[in-house]
Amino acid sequence: MNIDHSILTILILVPLAGAILLALLPDKGKLMQWGALAITLITFLLTLHLPFHYDYGAASGTFQFATNVPWITSPAIRYHLGVDGLSMWLVVLTGILAPLGVLVSWRAIDTRKKTFYVLFLLQQVAMIGVFVSLDLFLYYGFWELSLIPMTLLIATFGRTENRRRAAIKFFLYAFIPSAILLVGILWLYARTGTFDLPRLTQLAAAHSISGNSSALWLCSLAFLVAFAVKVPVFPLHGWLSDAVSEAPTAAVMVLAGKLGLYSILRFSFSIFPEQSHRIAPLMLALGAIGIVYGALLALVQKDLKRLAAYATLSAVAFIVLGIFSFTISGLDGGIFHILSESLSGAAFFMLLGILYERYGTYDMREYGGLAGKLPWMVTMFVITTLSLVGLPMLNGFVGEFLILSGSMQSVFAHHMVWTVLATTGVILSASYMLWMIQRVFYGDLGIKSENVKGWDLDAREHLAMWPLVILFLIMGVSSPIWLRAIDAAGTRIAATQSSQASTETQTLQAQPHVQITRASASTEAK
Amino acid sequence: MSPNIVALLPEYILTIVGVLIMLAEPLLPPGVSRKPLGWLAILGTLGAGFAGWYQLHLGTITAFSNSIQIDAFSVFFHLLISAIVLVTLLISLDYFEGNASHSGEYFALIVFSAVGMMLMTCATELLVVFVGLEISSIATYIMCGFRKGSAAGAESSIKYFLLGSFATAFFLYGIALAFGATGSTSIAAIAQGLGTTTTPRMAFLALAMILIGLGFKVSAAPFHVWTPDVYQGAPSPIVGFMSTAPKAAAFAVLLRITFSAFGSMEHRWAVLLWILAALSMTVGNLGALLQRDVKRMLAYSSIAHAGYILVAFTALRADGIAAACFYTASYAAMQIGAFAVITQVTGYNEQIRTTDDYTGLGLRRPILAAFLALFLISLIGIPFTGGFFGKFYVFSAAIHANHVWLAVIGLLNSGVACFYYLRLLVALYSRPVTETAQPTEGRSLSIPAGVGLTLAAAATLVLGILPGHFLNLAQRASASTQSAPVPAAARVVISQQ
Repeated sequence: MNIDHSILTILILVPLAGAILLALLPDKGKLMQWGALAITLITFLLTLHLPFHYDYGAASGTFQFATNVPWITSPAIRYHLGVDGLSMWLVVLTGILAPLGVLVSWRAIDTRKKTFYVLFLLQQVAMIGVFVSLDLFLYYGFWELSLIPMTLLIATFGRTENRRRAAIKFFLYAFIPSAILLVGILWLYARTGTFDLPRLTQLAAAHSISGNSSALWLCSLAFLVAFAVKVPVFPLHGWLSDAVSEAPTAAVMVLAGKLGLYSILRFSFSIFPEQSHRIAPLMLALGAIGIVYGALLALVQKDLKRLAAYATLSAVAFIVLGIFSFTISGLDGGIFHILSESLSGAAFFMLLGILYERYGTYDMREYGGLAGKLPWMVTMFVITTLSLVGLPMLNGFVGEFLILSGSMQSVFAHHMVWTVLATTGVILSASYMLWMIQRVFYGDLGIKSENVKGWDLDAREHLAMWPLVILFLIMGVSSPIWLRAIDAAGTRIAATQSSQASTETQTLQAQPHVQITRASASTEAK
Repeated sequence: MSPNIVALLPEYILTIVGVLIMLAEPLLPPGVSRKPLGWLAILGTLGAGFAGWYQLHLGTITAFSNSIQIDAFSVFFHLLISAIVLVTLLISLDYFEGNASHSGEYFALIVFSAVGMMLMTCATELLVVFVGLEISSIATYIMCGFRKGSAAGAESSIKYFLLGSFATAFFLYGIALAFGATGSTSIAAIAQGLGTTTTPRMAFLALAMILIGLGFKVSAAPFHVWTPDVYQGAPSPIVGFMSTAPKAAAFAVLLRITFSAFGSMEHRWAVLLWILAALSMTVGNLGALLQRDVKRMLAYSSIAHAGYILVAFTALRADGIAAACFYTASYAAMQIGAFAVITQVTGYNEQIRTTDDYTGLGLRRPILAAFLALFLISLIGIPFTGGFFGKFYVFSAAIHANHVWLAVIGLLNSGVACFYYLRLLVALYSRPVTETAQPTEGRSLSIPAGVGLTLAAAATLVLGILPGHFLNLAQRASASTQSAPVPAAARVVISQQ
């Protein structure tokens, strides 16, 4: 049997079986920890099968490792899985973050470990499911499923008394737009008789989904709004700061925007190319505003977790700006930045969690002067921060550079204004991040740093941090490894978009962009 | 075998079992456990289920001068009602242990009530429907007040009885008007008579009256006001039963009457049902939002779920009937499961009532909490559960018939709904203020109750993950009502309209 056709199913089933197994085993702390670590490590090793067997030369727009079997005959729902350059790295990323999440929860989660690890594994199932589903029904299943473990993780393991409210807020913010998304999906099915994404993409390209343009427009909005809330795009970010500040570290590492951004790229852009194109100016504006708004809010936070939440808001807004520019470098940069931001964000949240374990507070005012006491911790903090603010040679820079150059070339009106505004975000993010480092680690000793004895990173924490730091460097220095697969996906999306654009110039401009992308990527390589 | 015997085989089995239980009850000395009677009832229900399964392979049977028709549609509901009764019996075997001496009658009443419901679902003569409705209702009225000495139980029983009698009176009035308009009370003859009637308004009025009567039974807004009070006072296992089985039967009758008898007036009643559906969903969900008492909350939510099922009535015939059948089944699985857990958690005295009382149940009784979480997730409509697939199927049928706005209202409503379900779900898994607050009453999970819960949970999951077989059955049921025994001549008249 060729494993290529079942690898994606295996990737869903391994954590699922692991979750069920852990649920049945007696609730012994060590057993749960090691069990969860083993399961997530196995899943990660299995995800590595994808990049090593991926056919990088395949025609863009084809899905690899595909499984396509009928599931329910009427309505016609198929169990259709597959990955392309867009989703492959996201699956690998989900794979690598899970064992690190388990490692970082080792001491942070001290009660009800069984509940925690079962929910954590279910979350992983849902996320991998979202990334590999090519049937809208199946996709919606995993999309909704991803809400439940996260809600329960926040409600059960939240930090303060506010956790129940934060959990319900998180759920409602995501669920109500998803209900509308379901109407959209059902409407599409009523018109086309299929849930199959490649088929819907074809129909969309041939303009044969529906002649009713206003209905199609509403349907595309139903999709976009549901995804935008999950990203979250400014001004739909109301759930973010509460959820992030309550959720346990491991949960928050996987929380940030990936699912929503991926869904926009995969579904909104493929099924509604024309509508996405038309709404792009608005999304560019929201992206640029989000960058600055998130950064300004981050600047005034006293709570580290909230600072990180608003920094995330700013970072995902960058990606929104990139992908809605509809240039190849913007799209490539956006996709790359999803990966890079997920890694850096995860590292940042991990470090905050580690700090919290020692001192029991996220309040920056109680810290100060930690650098002398915890040399390894501060090193890691600084590296992560530099990666987040986009220092050249580290992962953050590649994405940011491609996004800004992409949005600069975008054909949409006012693009210069938005790019200029977005660029100030780079400066602002450096300010709040470096200021944060200064306040926590340098200067006079704070209340906590003086009174509570901290210890530097232990072996387990080193083990959790180093893979990420190494990845920062690899991604920063040799971005072509990733961009090879990503570029195929980005080019395809840009091509469908440009064929939708009425202006001829868009098509003509597409060619130079490829060169810019490749050029910038190879600059990085050097 | 004579068709008169085969057609009502499940009903005969259950009637015999019910009578046996009634006869055996006085023979058992007071204080002796009534569990064996419960097991007898369970055996009878299994027998009825198998009889239904046997009927499934016989095709369409008509009996008793065409007043009873066994087809895939009626068998679907026979099987569903048998399953609901089975789970109810399993979870209530231990409910009265040591608390009440009259528990033998309890098992007989459940069985008799099931007979009435089964009769309703296979009747093609409105008067037989009425007889079935009364048999099932009277048994339920009594069961509501079965916790003797409880004022709330007595109130619940009386309220249900009085309002229920009004509703059946409306239903009977509707039958009389239908007879006046078309000259018959048989579904096929009404369909035929509608084509030639000189008083179409009276016929529509007849349908409206019937809708009021059945709308009460399924607790659709605005005929829902009894639901929260009655559910709150009645014993938990009975609430699980009466919020699923009689509703399933009433929906079956409603489907037959609207689509088969009054099919030619679809353009008129579809509007009414559109309004009823939108109203039920909204009133139910907004009502549930304000409740702190878990049973009341689930009562309001059952009003909302009736609304979701009514959405299916506005869809095209084939889609709508299958969707309604499927939703009824998945709703039954999750609702009875939820009440099964509540029965176990609260015990006979029902001290644990509000959402706050459930805080931290996941710590104290992890298995029960996990079951309840599954049922709540299904009630919210999260994928890979029956609740989601039911909703998906109903709304896709509605959208297919171009009722996009009704689907939008419905799905927004399910957004509202998830708020109150989630409040309970989150309470289950969040830490109580003090770890020892509110010790749970009730014994540890008994084996029959565990089996009942597992059956409900398995049904909830199977309907969500592998709905294929069941959808197939629902579609067969839908197809069989379309081949209702309308004489060829009548069809011509209808199609010319």
